[in-house]
Amino acid sequence: LLLDEHADYIAAYGSKKDDYEYTLSEYLRMSGIYWGLTVMDLMGQLSRMNREEIIEFIKSCQHDCGGISASTGHDPHLLYTLSAVQILSLYDSINVIDVDKVVDYVKGLQQEDGSFAGDKWGEIDTRFSFCAVATLSLLGKLDVINMDKAVEFVLSCMNFDGGFGCRPGSESHAGQIYCCTGFLSITGQLHQVNADLLGWWLCERQLPSGGLNGRPEKLPDVCYSWWVLAALKIIGRIHWIDKAKLRNFILACQDEETGGFADRPGDMVDPFHTLFGVAGLSLLGDEQIKPVNPVFCMPEDVLQRIGLQPDFTAHFVCLPINQTHLIQLISSLKETPGPEMGVRKGRHTKCAVLGGAQDQG
Amino acid sequence: MSSVEEISNSVAEDLEEDGVEEENTVEEAEMEYEEPVKGGYIFYRDRKEWADLEPVPQDDGPNPVVKIAYSEKFTDVFDMFRALLQNDEKSERAFALTTEAIDLNAANYTVWHYRRVLLQALDKDLREEMKYITAIIEDQPKNYQVWHHRRMVVEWLNDPSEELQFVAEILSQDAKNYHAWQHRQWVMQEYKLWDGELEYVEELLEEDVRNNSAWNQRHFVINHTSGYSDSSILDREVQYTLKQIKKAPHNESAWNYLNGILQDGGLSSFPGLLEQVTELQDTCSSPYLTAFLVDLYEDALETNSSSYDQQEMFNKALELCKFLAEEKDTIRREYWNYVSRSLQNTYGSGDPVSASSDPPPPPSSSQLPDMEPSDP
Repeated sequence: LLLDEHADYIAAYGSKKDDYEYTLSEYLRMSGIYWGLTVMDLMGQLSRMNREEIIEFIKSCQHDCGGISASTGHDPHLLYTLSAVQILSLYDSINVIDVDKVVDYVKGLQQEDGSFAGDKWGEIDTRFSFCAVATLSLLGKLDVINMDKAVEFVLSCMNFDGGFGCRPGSESHAGQIYCCTGFLSITGQLHQVNADLLGWWLCERQLPSGGLNGRPEKLPDVCYSWWVLAALKIIGRIHWIDKAKLRNFILACQDEETGGFADRPGDMVDPFHTLFGVAGLSLLGDEQIKPVNPVFCMPEDVLQRIGLQPDFTAHFVCLPINQTHLIQLISSLKETPGPEMGVRKGRHTKCAVLGGAQDQG
Repeated sequence: MSSVEEISNSVAEDLEEDGVEEENTVEEAEMEYEEPVKGGYIFYRDRKEWADLEPVPQDDGPNPVVKIAYSEKFTDVFDMFRALLQNDEKSERAFALTTEAIDLNAANYTVWHYRRVLLQALDKDLREEMKYITAIIEDQPKNYQVWHHRRMVVEWLNDPSEELQFVAEILSQDAKNYHAWQHRQWVMQEYKLWDGELEYVEELLEEDVRNNSAWNQRHFVINHTSGYSDSSILDREVQYTLKQIKKAPHNESAWNYLNGILQDGGLSSFPGLLEQVTELQDTCSSPYLTAFLVDLYEDALETNSSSYDQQEMFNKALELCKFLAEEKDTIRREYWNYVSRSLQNTYGSGDPVSASSDPPPPPSSSQLPDMEPSDP
């Protein structure tokens, strides 16, 4: 594992503004920054990135409607709104943007059937359901949306094989499954997943080479090491993967000369695959890397600071909720068999985390 | 999460295409220097008809680094695009520029937005636009933005008549293109175009019986038309699937489909299925077949079916789990050991389970966490 080379690669990537590939990817710059910062933080190298410049950049990307764009002069979109909120969470600077307007923007994208559009042009996708609740969860404002309807829509995308697609009827796909299990974790609805059936479908993604693909009969790709693995972690079945073989595959995707990870051994590297290679290794337990949260793909310590800790089994929920609701929830949970229930308040006001005996803090 | 976007595909494709284009542009720039007008490409910043606009350079933040190697054409077009956006200009020249911008970077979603605004503001011919979209998709079939754009224009025209044929054409080049399938499903549902789809799916499965998208589509069509509750339909589907399995036994999709359609009724309740599958074991063995048998035995145990000898079901299930864990599907040994433990704890006679740090799961264990042995 060539952590120094990867850190050097990412640190240099941000500064090569003249690079053609960098220019071409301007339309996703916010996500690009999120990938770079997150992987650097996971490697303990966040300080090498230009915090002030990035925060200024994000401020310049918030539009009047509250939504945030990938870069200056681009239109707002839910994908980049989430990335921006994730970055500001990493930097503990969420208030440099107008948080209330972000919340309004996200809320405004929910449709009647509970789904979320990506932006005003109306593309519907379960990716956007995930982006919406992840954004609001990081801001402590999950309560503004119609939760029941949102959940109903995501569940309507569950297929006969236990997986999820982008819309009802769409083919099960590991990326969409990651988004839907992440969504269900945040909204406290993991019990609606058939964990055995889905876990089986997910561990079937592992090929003899050890790598993971995204759906049956397709090629392995390092980014699926994240999406499949994180989904398995969320539903409590991560050990159904042969970890040693997967680790070998991920490591083979490194480029010794340039640093960074590619989608598969021998291909060109990029920050996207670098993040997911490193995050995958973290989930597999590599001690040189910080623990990563499988729902948010952010360092666990950042989420602890915020007070968010969705846990990854059916017994655990993470909800920002008000006091009355909290009391009702506790009493109803006490009827449920399982590990001893406790309540821990995060530093995030109005946010409580209900966890079991295994909780750390 | 924004990272789910198929960035890797689109960036990789862009690099392949624009790498070439970059060379051409450099040549053009050299020609430009020698012959400013004749035959060469003229930058927008040098064109008379664009002289009224001040190009807006890319703003990379408060500390711009020295720019060296942007493709000149790329910079020129996008600087001009930013100027148009700032002025909110709605004109033919703006529309033409979006075409150029898309040509250079079809993943830039802001350009597509602007183009849609212009299509409406200028009342452009949407059928011409459909031809344009077709060309872009043919060239870059995995681009999210152009597929979404197509859907918007189809909606504006309220005319799906070309769509199924178009998608079929794209699928003939890549039968698993996720965007193509989404579009197809949307068209069919929105405009109720179900006729002939089952036949189309069968054609695709003839070509590649392992096409998971086609199997998914099969389920989609039947779900929205006849449904599976009619026993003659279910029977037809089971026989069809078994037939495909005989042709290609190592086929995850077919086995997933078989399992999926029988979930409601129960695997062990389908008459004659155990016999049919057991027959396949000699010639068409695969880990999937073995896994299916385990599922079938488990279903027989769960329903306490009188058609089966419960003890035999139990023993055979455990035997197969062990076989899979130790020989046939060792990469998923943890899963098979889990199934084995679940079976023993639920249906066993109470004998001690083999050494494991996992606590026994209660009945209907599928919702509960499977404790990871290595967790603190």
